[in-house]
Amino acid sequence: MKPPSEHVHWLFATGFLVLGLCLLGEAIVGTDVWRRRAWRAYLWPGMAFALGVLLWPVMVFFTNSTLHMLAHGAWAQALMLAGATELGLVRGKLQSSWWRLGMTAAFLVSGAAFLIHEQNSWFFQRSAFLHHLLGWTLVVAAIFPLARCVRPRSQAVATGFALTFVVIAVMLYSDRDVAPVFGHISPLAGTPHR
Amino acid sequence: MNAELVTELEAPAHRTARARLVSALGPTTALAGLVWAIVQPYRITLLHPRSESFWWLVVQPPLLVIAVGLLFHFVVLPGLLEDLEEEHEASL
Repeated sequence: MKPPSEHVHWLFATGFLVLGLCLLGEAIVGTDVWRRRAWRAYLWPGMAFALGVLLWPVMVFFTNSTLHMLAHGAWAQALMLAGATELGLVRGKLQSSWWRLGMTAAFLVSGAAFLIHEQNSWFFQRSAFLHHLLGWTLVVAAIFPLARCVRPRSQAVATGFALTFVVIAVMLYSDRDVAPVFGHISPLAGTPHR
Repeated sequence: MNAELVTELEAPAHRTARARLVSALGPTTALAGLVWAIVQPYRITLLHPRSESFWWLVVQPPLLVIAVGLLFHFVVLPGLLEDLEEEHEASL
């Protein structure tokens, strides 16, 4: 009953798409309007925390190498920490906007984990390409949660932050177990099955 | 022209734009999923369920994208528009 790894990527892509839409909604209407209903205020930080929790079974059941196990474990911890700090901020238990550095750390840890645990080159096959692309996207996009610490009310920063999750979702949806990327696939990668 | 009048004229237009923009998120997402389903129909395994395993039948990315769009549109958006309207009325 264990799902193929590409299906797990697609399920997480769905979670990130929900996150992205909620964040885009908040960026458009403004934080004050978005937080008028408690369930909505907790929606995306709760979702981020839940995605972090769900990464633990991924770590346990998709351990095809120590490096994968460490990378998934690091993501799980970083995403849970980021979700928890955002939940604390929404609840009012945490006051300083510098707690948003938790999300910055999550981006940087996730980006580094993607880049370190991908041992193949960009054009080895699609998943290798996407690992590199996701890694660099997260490292560069860490500027948005960092900017949210300094300018928590900036609509441009909020939009950039939200779109990062949408872009990550698109990349995760593009993932396949074995598939070419722009016509390139290494003979060592195996046979594309779909 | 009186500057106060200009402010009054511009404010509702701005709020309408916000409402329109946020209202477009769900349908745009669902449309993206629909286009994906048309471009890659083999991703919808329900259309040709030939000895597909459980996960291939459950997880069909274009349908998931459409579902996310509909979820946002029908669950999140109605309350959001109400609150946006209330904020608009309170600010008048």
